[in-house]
Amino acid sequence: MIHININKALHGVNGGMSLDIDLDIKQGEFIALTGASGSGKTTLLRILAGLEEAEGEIEVNNLFWLKNRKSLKPQKRSIGFMHQENSLFLNMSILQNLLFVQKDLDLALRLLSLTGLTELKDKYPKTLSGGQKQRVSLCRSMMRKPDILLLDEPLSALDAKMRTQLQLEILALHKEFNTTTIMVSHDPSEIYKLSTRTLVLENGRIIKDGKTKEVLLKSQGSQKFSFEGELLELKEVDVVIIAIVAIGQQIVEIVVSKKEAENLKVGQRVILGTKAFAPTILRPSQ
Amino acid sequence: MFEPFYISFKLASITVLILFIISLPLSWYLSQTQSKMKPFLEALTALPIVLPPSVLGFYILVALSQNSPLGSFFKETFDISLVFNFTSLVIASCFYSLPFMVQPLQSGFESLNKNMLEASYLAGKSKWQTIVFVALPNIKPALITAIIITFAHTVGEFGVVLMVGGSIPGETKVASVAIYEMVEIMDYKGAHIYSAIMLGMSFIVLLSVYTFNAKHKRKFGL
Repeated sequence: MIHININKALHGVNGGMSLDIDLDIKQGEFIALTGASGSGKTTLLRILAGLEEAEGEIEVNNLFWLKNRKSLKPQKRSIGFMHQENSLFLNMSILQNLLFVQKDLDLALRLLSLTGLTELKDKYPKTLSGGQKQRVSLCRSMMRKPDILLLDEPLSALDAKMRTQLQLEILALHKEFNTTTIMVSHDPSEIYKLSTRTLVLENGRIIKDGKTKEVLLKSQGSQKFSFEGELLELKEVDVVIIAIVAIGQQIVEIVVSKKEAENLKVGQRVILGTKAFAPTILRPSQ
Repeated sequence: MFEPFYISFKLASITVLILFIISLPLSWYLSQTQSKMKPFLEALTALPIVLPPSVLGFYILVALSQNSPLGSFFKETFDISLVFNFTSLVIASCFYSLPFMVQPLQSGFESLNKNMLEASYLAGKSKWQTIVFVALPNIKPALITAIIITFAHTVGEFGVVLMVGGSIPGETKVASVAIYEMVEIMDYKGAHIYSAIMLGMSFIVLLSVYTFNAKHKRKFGL
């Protein structure tokens, strides 16, 4: 059982704000932390790890990590922390990276084999790909068998295929070691696949907290599908107006009426939604 | 015949050892702190680079002479004089060469990725363990540079040594001072031999530092 009630003044992009979090977490939960950049996600993670100071209380399994301004050092907290990148000890081989944390060869070899790194154990970080490095980082963060595993956008620097693989490995380790995991992520599919509970942060406050499926499958009105995109252009063609919208990597054209077009401005964020229709799922041609 | 070289090297070795011990915590602190004291401390450690050796030598003489509190304390308690002997050379050299040890170490520490250092703390390692097992091994080029340049710079010092140590054969007469004296008595042959040795050694030392650093960079990408 983890109880967090903290407060910290932050200097964000939009001036000062205060990070104000009151949160209870059950043992074994996988929590996704999401929200716009600058909303305080990473800071919350760093406060939990003891890398940044804050006021308030953090209680983990009946042990106070933070209380009355007395803060347990990161060294004393049972934490696994995975940075976004560049956290491996460059002077040590992969196996040494793990053993530096804890001289437990059996555990190290087991972690390496769970993540398919056994063959690379004597290599140095410089020779590894980005995905391999993050795998090592993941294994290393499990070496102390931590009460809480904190993942700070661990996969955001990787390509889609590598992400998918690592997501499975994170989930496997989370289950294998029965840890409580908190992951910062911007990727809805990642959040959906991994987490059981999702918190949305905005300006230092939790604005949504619930089961991942409920938080993610929000639909305003009764749309079955909705996508957010950027309005690139409004083209007048005969009597109709065609809106050109960029959604992710795709550009789509939508017919809108003159009246609808009056409320739209080029450059705006817009949501495209549709109600009843029968969607088909196709596999992209390889 | 080569006693002055022996004294120079003995002096440089001891100076490197003492300065390494002092500079390690100092340069680490400077690399990690965001305190307002930082520029003040940085300016203070860099002073020996810009000060004329005579100024440094003069102040050290004043501070250590038997008329000073420190000098008289050592004279009365241990019957040790702090000037015009080998000890005074070591003290003077530690001041004189301090920036050559601190600055490479500091910039080496500053170049380290913060995530890596945090990872060490999160692995339960103390600051000292992090410095010794993570930070230092990852700044080997800076470490080698600091040690070698401090050594070479101490061997090459002249003004401070002359002022604080004089030129007592077998005690404070180092190679650079010996060359000065040879020129004064017009022993050009001796001066040539000594100077050529100094020149050759200095070049080899610098060459090996640069070669090592280039190799290390290729191997670890640091």
